[in-house]
Amino acid sequence: MWMKAVRTAVLAAVMGLVAGGALAQAPKPGGTLNLIVQPEPPTVMLGINKLGPVSFVGGKIYEGLITLGLDLKPLPSLAKSWEISPDGLTYTFHLQEGVTWHDGKPFTADDVVFSFTEFLPKVFARTKAAMDRTSSITAPDAKTVVFQLKQPFPALMMVFDVTGGTIVPKHIYAGTDYQKNPANQTPIGTGPFKFKEWRKGAFIQLVKNENYWQKGKPHLDALYFHIVPDANGRSIAFETGKVDVLRGGDVENFEVRRLGELPNVAITDKGWEFYDPIAFLNVNNRNKPIDDVRFRRALMHAIDKNFVVNTIFAGFGKPVDGPFTTVTPFNDPAVLTRYPYDPKKARALLDEMGLKPDASGVRAELRLMPLPYGETWQRYAEYVRERLVDIGIKVKMEAVDVPGWVQRLTTGDFDISFNFVYLLGDPAMGITQTYVSTNQLNRGTAANVDGYNNPEVDKLLGQADTSADPAERKRLYAEVQKILSNDVPVIWTHQMGFPTLYRTKVKNLITTGLGLNETFADVWIDRK
Amino acid sequence: MKQLEFIAGRLVKAVIVLLGIVILAFLLIRATPGDPAAVLAGEAGAVDAEFMQRVRAEFGLDRPMAEQLAIYVKQIATLQFGESYRQQRPVLDLITERLPATLLLTLSAFGIALLVGVSLGVTAARHVGRWPDMAITVAALVFFAVPLFWIGLMAILLFSVKLPWLPAFGMETVGADYDGIDALLDTIRHLILPATTLGLFYIAIYVRMTRASVIEVMDLDFVRTARAKGIPEGRIWRRHILRNALLPIVTLASIQAGNLVGGAVLTETVFAWPGIGRLAFDALLQRDYNLLLAVFIVTSALVILFNLIADLVYALVDPRIEVGA
Repeated sequence: MWMKAVRTAVLAAVMGLVAGGALAQAPKPGGTLNLIVQPEPPTVMLGINKLGPVSFVGGKIYEGLITLGLDLKPLPSLAKSWEISPDGLTYTFHLQEGVTWHDGKPFTADDVVFSFTEFLPKVFARTKAAMDRTSSITAPDAKTVVFQLKQPFPALMMVFDVTGGTIVPKHIYAGTDYQKNPANQTPIGTGPFKFKEWRKGAFIQLVKNENYWQKGKPHLDALYFHIVPDANGRSIAFETGKVDVLRGGDVENFEVRRLGELPNVAITDKGWEFYDPIAFLNVNNRNKPIDDVRFRRALMHAIDKNFVVNTIFAGFGKPVDGPFTTVTPFNDPAVLTRYPYDPKKARALLDEMGLKPDASGVRAELRLMPLPYGETWQRYAEYVRERLVDIGIKVKMEAVDVPGWVQRLTTGDFDISFNFVYLLGDPAMGITQTYVSTNQLNRGTAANVDGYNNPEVDKLLGQADTSADPAERKRLYAEVQKILSNDVPVIWTHQMGFPTLYRTKVKNLITTGLGLNETFADVWIDRK
Repeated sequence: MKQLEFIAGRLVKAVIVLLGIVILAFLLIRATPGDPAAVLAGEAGAVDAEFMQRVRAEFGLDRPMAEQLAIYVKQIATLQFGESYRQQRPVLDLITERLPATLLLTLSAFGIALLVGVSLGVTAARHVGRWPDMAITVAALVFFAVPLFWIGLMAILLFSVKLPWLPAFGMETVGADYDGIDALLDTIRHLILPATTLGLFYIAIYVRMTRASVIEVMDLDFVRTARAKGIPEGRIWRRHILRNALLPIVTLASIQAGNLVGGAVLTETVFAWPGIGRLAFDALLQRDYNLLLAVFIVTSALVILFNLIADLVYALVDPRIEVGA
């Protein structure tokens, strides 16, 4: 009797598993997914604005030629396949069949050529820089586009995602002022969701594109992006079930841990592989005593990166000792100079420089400009101040808001500040800009605002960025990492983890390295 | 006639005040570090100098400050508020889109505050020194002292999270697409928490003000005379005490009515209410000069208008005050 009961139970469990497995394979169509977009974007026309929230919403309306997997390998999107010539100079993309714009007009290779030759270079510096490396972009037929390069640039694939390479409709934008085109209010893309309504200050609604080129998709009927300006409000919206997903940064990391313990809720740090954010302290190499490498090394030793990750960022992220993260295949930790947390050593380096403490224990005085991105970054700045005071550096905190931070950082009006930069899938995209001496002030926050200048690094980065040989690139980038970690142009602390919180009934939420900026064509809700 | 002269005089003054506000606000926001080009640069991640230059030229930010100011004042004089740098839309559209939500919230709060505050204040004064007075005074003090955003958060925690009675944020149930009476009820449900939260702070002020004013008036000679003449108690309160005690309340209310138009940033933020306070706050963070200045001008104009109305109401409440005197 007892045995029979056990057998029945086991059988039931097995059948349950099988049924569960089968269910996991078959998406249920329909339903509405509630999300939060924070802060409210100025537009959802992803062609003209590349801000995070714009990519999040616009990434469902527009598409790129490709997307990037969790391993950063290119995956088909508007291009179904592609070839790169062995010399690395010719990129040929074959476009999907049967794609139409949301207004019913057919999508062709002309749209792609227009996007990369006219539209994007006018509005987006990153794509312009990449397209400046091409000698021609042509459409031999309606379904083929060819990019011809002047010299190899293997990172080129990293601008064809939906943000760097937003494909926009030529029939709407050709010959217009892109920024002021009234069509920006009612964006027309090729993506699985169409723009429906934007109640300013309240929500943005997208609805299913019934004519989407991937038949049977998307699974969801509608997406709502709620606008909730207060971080506590966003927590409550998730807690009360009003929204089913919180993006990294929507609530503070310490709050993520609490919300993650709610029933039927999961946390993942996947979906940031392409962006690959790395956090560091910008230190103005032009100013004394920061211009002395021993001072910068002392700062590396003065900050406990494990504390930063585990306590301040609530355990999301990993400490780093150099400019690369574990996400990129070019990462080579073996060549790095290590800077373990060691205040004694930091003080010794300062002594060696001749920066002796005065009667009140002060060796130097510096300005510290926190990153005004919320509570976590404020705590981070407080912690760094405390550590600097500990090694005898008096700190004057200078609070600014975001535009103030951008202005002062990009004009070099700072001693120490905080930053994080997206590495964007390839060192040529996300590393070179921060360390090459030709890209310093007034060129955005990811530039070499620190004024670091090493001709050897400039040369190696130039070679590595334009080599078609992966092995040679790896060797050159290893050399760069070795020099940079010795020179300490910035004070690296960690590669960041941006946790996504979601209810487990939401399936296929994060499947690629673009994470929540994906099209959501595959996302479905397991409705009871 | 005198009234018309008075109103005309006030309108002239209003224009001068508005001009002062335009110039002051213009200079203040330009004094903060970071301009719209810097914001765009920050958002784009990577930019080049050519891009920054183009943006500044497009917004006219590359011209001398005095010239920019002159151009702006000239535009405002012809009621051209310009376009939002960031949203590329006329700023007046953006403001009129958001103003109704703010007015709904603040006028409801104002109504609640006036009604409840004055009633409780009178109640406290009638029982001065006894337990209803104590209870009301202490409660008023507490709500006056506690920060608005904290009350808002606690209200959400209690009435939306622990007891799921009321929605925590927004102005409507998104996606429900209610019509007619359902839409109205839905909006009221969403309005209760933010309007009460915003109202609580003002209730506290009105309670204290009314109580003090009533206590002062009810001991005056004319009240005693009225009682001696045998006038019924209810009439004494209505016609003699309240009518006199309400004057300072009208003054206070008129000042606050103005504040309510632009001053609900915190409540709008905590409850995700799509109003003009948040619009202004976002515009500041994005250095959206045109939008921010237009919000300043519109709200200032409304404050001036409310004050004018208050002066006229004065004359109604107390015939001794002559408009224009």
